[in-house]
Amino acid sequence: MLLDILFGHLRLDSIPYTNPLIMGATSFMGVAAAVVLASIFYFKKWKYLWTNWLTTVDHKRIGIMYILLSFVMLLRGFSDALLMRSQQMLSVGTHYGYLPAHHYAEIFSAHGVIMIFFVAMPFMFGLLNLAVPLQIGARDVAFPYLNSFSFWMTFSGAFLLLISLFIGDFAATGWLAYPPLSEFNFSPDVGVDYYIWALQIAGVGSLLSGINFFVTILKMRCPGMTMMKMPIFTWTSFCAMVLVILAFPILTVTLALLLFDRLFGTHFFTADGGGNLMMYMNLIWAWGHPEVYILILPAFGVFSEVVATFCKKPLFGYKTMVYATIAIMFLSFVVWLHHFFTMGAGADVNAFFGITTMIIAIPTGVKIFNWVFTMYRGKVIYNESMLWTIGFIFTFSIGGMTGVMMAVPPIDFQVHNSVFLIAHFHNVIIGGVLFGYFAGATYWWPKTFGFKLNEFWGKCSFWFWIVGFYLAFMPLYVLGLKGMTRRLYHYDVASGYHAWLIVAAVGALLILFGVICQIIQVIVSIKNRNHPDYIDLTGDPWGGRTLEWSVSSPPPFYNFAFTPTVDCIDPYWAQKQKWAKEGKPTEQPRYVDIHMPKNTPIGFIMGIAAGICGFAMIWSIYWLALVGFLVAVITPIVRSFNSNVDYYVKASEVEKIESEHLRRAAS
Amino acid sequence: MIKIRYILFALLTAVLACFLTGCSQGILDPAGYVADQERRLLLLALILMCIVVIPVIILNFIIAFHYRASNKKAKYSPEWSHSVHLEFVIWTIPCIIILILAIMTWIYTHRLDPYRPLAEKGRGKPLTIEVVALDWRWLFIYPEQHIATINFMQIPVNRDVALLLTGDGSPMNSFEMPQLAGQIYVMPGMQTKLHFDAYKPGDYRGFSSNYSGSPPLGVSGQGFAGMKFTVRAGSDADFNAWVKKAQQSPDVLTQEQYNKLLPPSSDATVRLFTAPDNSLFNDLMMKYNTVIPASSPSADQHAKFITSQE
Repeated sequence: MLLDILFGHLRLDSIPYTNPLIMGATSFMGVAAAVVLASIFYFKKWKYLWTNWLTTVDHKRIGIMYILLSFVMLLRGFSDALLMRSQQMLSVGTHYGYLPAHHYAEIFSAHGVIMIFFVAMPFMFGLLNLAVPLQIGARDVAFPYLNSFSFWMTFSGAFLLLISLFIGDFAATGWLAYPPLSEFNFSPDVGVDYYIWALQIAGVGSLLSGINFFVTILKMRCPGMTMMKMPIFTWTSFCAMVLVILAFPILTVTLALLLFDRLFGTHFFTADGGGNLMMYMNLIWAWGHPEVYILILPAFGVFSEVVATFCKKPLFGYKTMVYATIAIMFLSFVVWLHHFFTMGAGADVNAFFGITTMIIAIPTGVKIFNWVFTMYRGKVIYNESMLWTIGFIFTFSIGGMTGVMMAVPPIDFQVHNSVFLIAHFHNVIIGGVLFGYFAGATYWWPKTFGFKLNEFWGKCSFWFWIVGFYLAFMPLYVLGLKGMTRRLYHYDVASGYHAWLIVAAVGALLILFGVICQIIQVIVSIKNRNHPDYIDLTGDPWGGRTLEWSVSSPPPFYNFAFTPTVDCIDPYWAQKQKWAKEGKPTEQPRYVDIHMPKNTPIGFIMGIAAGICGFAMIWSIYWLALVGFLVAVITPIVRSFNSNVDYYVKASEVEKIESEHLRRAAS
Repeated sequence: MIKIRYILFALLTAVLACFLTGCSQGILDPAGYVADQERRLLLLALILMCIVVIPVIILNFIIAFHYRASNKKAKYSPEWSHSVHLEFVIWTIPCIIILILAIMTWIYTHRLDPYRPLAEKGRGKPLTIEVVALDWRWLFIYPEQHIATINFMQIPVNRDVALLLTGDGSPMNSFEMPQLAGQIYVMPGMQTKLHFDAYKPGDYRGFSSNYSGSPPLGVSGQGFAGMKFTVRAGSDADFNAWVKKAQQSPDVLTQEQYNKLLPPSSDATVRLFTAPDNSLFNDLMMKYNTVIPASSPSADQHAKFITSQE
């Protein structure tokens, strides 16, 4: 009784200590965490960590933390992928591989959830944080303290998901947890609760970030930057943020209703008692389809920036690009039904949603042409970002084509739920989203850290990724045509799947080499950061076109000593052209005081408290849930009485920092 | 050089051979009208889109290669970023392709609507089969023949088959037969329909394609992965002989027998029953759609779980 009150359902045997695979992974994570903590102690970095990172409201530092989180989660999600590929390679005929069916289901569910929510989303917000305020000439986002809170919510969500590995279990329902499988009677364990709470907590973070960047882009642009003079990455991010604001509340409500079903025995999505499971599918995809555009639109923006910079030419058809993005934004809300044509809706409904889906291919196709024509009569420099871009155009064209095929309902009746579908969405999400984010990370790396990434290892990683991708996913198209279903943990010899799955596993192995190359790349680059080939003294290593390249690398914490004024789409390029003709202005500017927000631990505290509240709710430890909830609610209220939240950077300090940059740039 | 050419040639042949043999038993090897039409549409859509996609891919590589920074002969126009003619072309081409595809989609979606009988082929009354997705096997009830089977469906060739589908005790599944008709969702408390036929005698694979769970850890069995069935298409005489045989089966699908089939099981053995009672399928619909939460299936299992916890 006392144990129930103190610990809810949580007991020592909730830890699957008899499972060597899970315990192995746990000890690996434990050792990694211990090494990190020990080195923080050893180097006495706690104070540095607290003042410069945990409590920071600087968008650049928050961006770095987002991308770091995303990369750690990528390693976890990718390990899941390797487990699945090897299981499917081994589990044929009389062999059943090394994973029980239920464990396999947990792994494919965790893989999808991690990759979408905790790799792609944080990576996207990380890039937005790094680039958007700099691109629009702002000193920070509109609500810096909210930004820090959003990050720590995402962090807590990711953390909950990680601990589900060794305390309890994770959902074994697929990444969207369709009811009735995710209802209490089919999934009585805590797995689905972990799913719900991790996504709810991270989802709040995403929604608030969406609002934050929406307001930032609308209100914080520097003088002269009208909407039609915004950098294209800012534009695509803006459209993605509109989608975040409109779509994420749907996710929150849907998951809350599912939680009510499980917790209070309501019947929103149960098969009986008046519930309707088809409603869940409509709701989750009304969020889920815009979600894929939330991920891909910023990637489109990155490609547009990269291709213009490395072809030394303005983006072809800027206006077309903007209108195409807006068109995609609107259309993405009227296609959700294509995820379940096979549910039994009438032919009129299916045909309608099939056709709206195809229409999205028009603006997307136009974008592809725009990127290709930007290269036309340019000077294409083949560095890593550009390789990702060219690889993307090729790969995404194929993915787009199979996507349109699946948009035709009668074809979908055949390939839906098959590995053809798996091949398609990995084709667009790896080839589009991930390649885009890698291109963006490489492109903005010197801006963020002040030194470039190693080109050799970057190119190695590109080739491993792209060859690995084709080897891993082209066989899945074939298998899909052979009628292979997704989420199979075992199949017969007669099915003829085996050979193709071996090829796919080899592909996954090559991608592993790609990931390893990326890790080596980062290590080598950090080691050589002061080497003249790497260090970026000017702040403009690529010959950039937009405002972020006009400041030093890394930018000063206040970003711009003077708020810039712009009058064209590529303001920094135009300014450089002018300087080349007329020479740089030489008179010493008169610096002024700069108004900046103070660091605050409140976002961190709230995020962690929300995570604790979620963990307690998962295990029905209600007193702890209440404590977590109260801390998360009361701290911001207390903080709202504190008016000492900002300060002025003295003009003398600005002058010191700026002249140091000018001195370095001149050397 | 010659060696590399041989290796490439061998690789290409191997890939092609794998691909061609790989297509048997799948979507590209149809044995029924619906699947045949679906394959035709798939290939048509593929060819139509290749008209744009292949040139774009080639253009991508040619332009990226030709305008490389090291190619001093390539023209460089640092300001060129707009062309009304080009923009007109790049909007028009996708629009035309999508327009053609949209018209095809409208026509074929209606023609191949799974709820629509294939009656226009003028072949008389369809054979009705009721399908129930259990955890993790398929129950087929032939209401007119008064027989039922587990994981096996015999049909006569060239006869319309009308399936009525629902689920019980299993979450959502998808009923799929790649060589015959594609798939349709099967949901407890809901009824879906699927019309198809087979024009070629033979055995065809069928399975669930929507993940519907697996046994908990410690319990053996494949669960979802083993939720397969066979469709045997034969002549009318074969069908009638098979029905006769089934009608002589000692097993009777009573309510009691049905309740024995209901609990989760990975036993995929084919079984035949006589099924004198025709109301079973309708009763299943009623079971879920009567609003008495206290005795509903989910409430029952909920209670069972709670007691097992104590």
